Amino acid sequence: MDAIRRYFRSPAAVVGLVLLLVVIAMAITAGFLYPRDPLALAGRPLQWPFANPRFLLGTDNSGRDIAAQIFYGARISLLIGGVATLIAIVIGVLIGAFAGYYGGWIDNVLMRITEAFQTLPNFVLLLVLVAVFGSTLTTVTIAVGVVSWTAPARLTRAEFMSLRNREFVQAGRTLGMKDIQLILGEILPNALPPVIVYASVVMATAILLESALAFLRLSDPNVASWGNLIGLGRDVLRVQWYVSAIPGIAILLTVLAVSLVGQGLNDALNPRLKSR
Amino acid sequence: MRILTLAGRRLAASIPTLFLILIGVFLLLQFAPGDTVDAMMAQMGGGDAATARELRKFYGLDLSVPVQLGNYLWRLIRLDLGFSSIYGKPVATVILERLPPTLLLMTASLSFAFFAGLVLGVIAARGVNRWPDTIISTLGLIFYATPSFWFGLMAIVVFSIYLQWLPAGGFEDIGAVRSGLARTWDIAQHLILPTLTLGLIFLAIYLRIMRASMLEVLNLDFVRTARAKGLDETRVVVRHVLRNALLPMVTLIGLQAGTMLGGSVVVESVFSLPGLGRLAYESVVQRDLNTLLGIVFVSALLVIVVNFFTDLLYARLDPRIQAEA
Repeated sequence: MDAIRRYFRSPAAVVGLVLLLVVIAMAITAGFLYPRDPLALAGRPLQWPFANPRFLLGTDNSGRDIAAQIFYGARISLLIGGVATLIAIVIGVLIGAFAGYYGGWIDNVLMRITEAFQTLPNFVLLLVLVAVFGSTLTTVTIAVGVVSWTAPARLTRAEFMSLRNREFVQAGRTLGMKDIQLILGEILPNALPPVIVYASVVMATAILLESALAFLRLSDPNVASWGNLIGLGRDVLRVQWYVSAIPGIAILLTVLAVSLVGQGLNDALNPRLKSR
Repeated sequence: MRILTLAGRRLAASIPTLFLILIGVFLLLQFAPGDTVDAMMAQMGGGDAATARELRKFYGLDLSVPVQLGNYLWRLIRLDLGFSSIYGKPVATVILERLPPTLLLMTASLSFAFFAGLVLGVIAARGVNRWPDTIISTLGLIFYATPSFWFGLMAIVVFSIYLQWLPAGGFEDIGAVRSGLARTWDIAQHLILPTLTLGLIFLAIYLRIMRASMLEVLNLDFVRTARAKGLDETRVVVRHVLRNALLPMVTLIGLQAGTMLGGSVVVESVFSLPGLGRLAYESVVQRDLNTLLGIVFVSALLVIVVNFFTDLLYARLDPRIQAEA
């Protein structure tokens, strides 16, 4: 309760929450407001925003409604961002938990793998994964998750190392609990809060990674994604720059919302850190 | 000297990591649909199965996967990255040709982000919770959330199309044959927008870290002592606080080296710079897997080298690290 009150005391956190709710509302209402396929031909191409009341944000170079693509794009960004983050957190927590709990050679091997993933630039690895597995919505989401798990793994490992010999864990051990019970049931709930706060950073990066991939036309071309639209608008940048500008603002605001909410949660959950 | 051994030991420790990466990516690429020979046949406009079989034999692609992997690693030890059939040159040559623009871009962006972040971070920390701090921190948040490729496109619209101050892309003016200073000036002009674009996100990170680290150091005892000695505020900040507050910034250079290389893939594509990142993108589109693997190797190597120098710099800034080694 205290944490919630603290959260709402920060104006930045409230702005972030409102922005995030707006993006979520866009994703939910896309189907009602724009029942037609957002990638279908809607009207004359390259109409400027506000020029035609039927297309509030104008049309792109293929004559598709930009507003509809922005609304459906919110779905894709939240879906890819959310699922990829979940994948990254699950992999990261599992690897970090085992490395931190067992230590020794298990830790050594797992950290070597983590280091390998950290040494390879994650966008380059993303390109390799897309080159190998193709660029459908599913493969892109999994690939973004697979390149983003290292920081959560390190964070979880550090938490586990500091928690594994606390009294409550030793008590559990004396009671004859198995390792897996101790890891999942006792230590994990205590190690999770900082990892969940960090998830906002992972999600912000995941949304940016996907949009960059889509901009390079290496993401799924059959969905209305903001990055796709920016890539498309690049061909008419000289005059109709709004085709690229509008979806970019959508990405910016979404990522901003996610980071502000994460920052707000962090400050609300660790009040002592904030006063520094 | 001791620090050199320590950094050297860390460098040696990263060699297994490098091999792990290469083996992993090599095995991964075995799952790729189509191999180099398919790509070559497509470029030649098709061919019969016998030619394909002969080509596979010539490139050693008919051998079993472990043998191919062994061959690859053995060639790698002799610094032979294989042959790019798309460019018709050895991969090492292709990569070396593309390396300078990327290195230039990365160095320029890093310096820009580091120094601008440092200055803004110091200003923000000096006026903490007052209006300069609020403005700088808000700008930092917005920069962090800006997709770099979009910022690049918008910069092109404003500075190249409307104001016509700067070129919209390319590494240098191909039409004019220049040399010496004129050429340097020309390249610098071409690199201004890409540098700003790539540096922006890192600027946001650096300024946030610098601000936090300044605030932390400003509260330490030795700063109070320095003030009690009667030093003026500028002296306290420059001589005593800054050096200590710089440590996390230096750590960040090493951590961000990989992200920066990844970012240059996108930025080089926006500004059509003939660099390593653009090559990575092209080799994905053209299915030039040999080149892609070579880029993986070189970029991992680059990250390791950057981290080596960060270690050295770190010890230079904080003598205590040397003592603990």
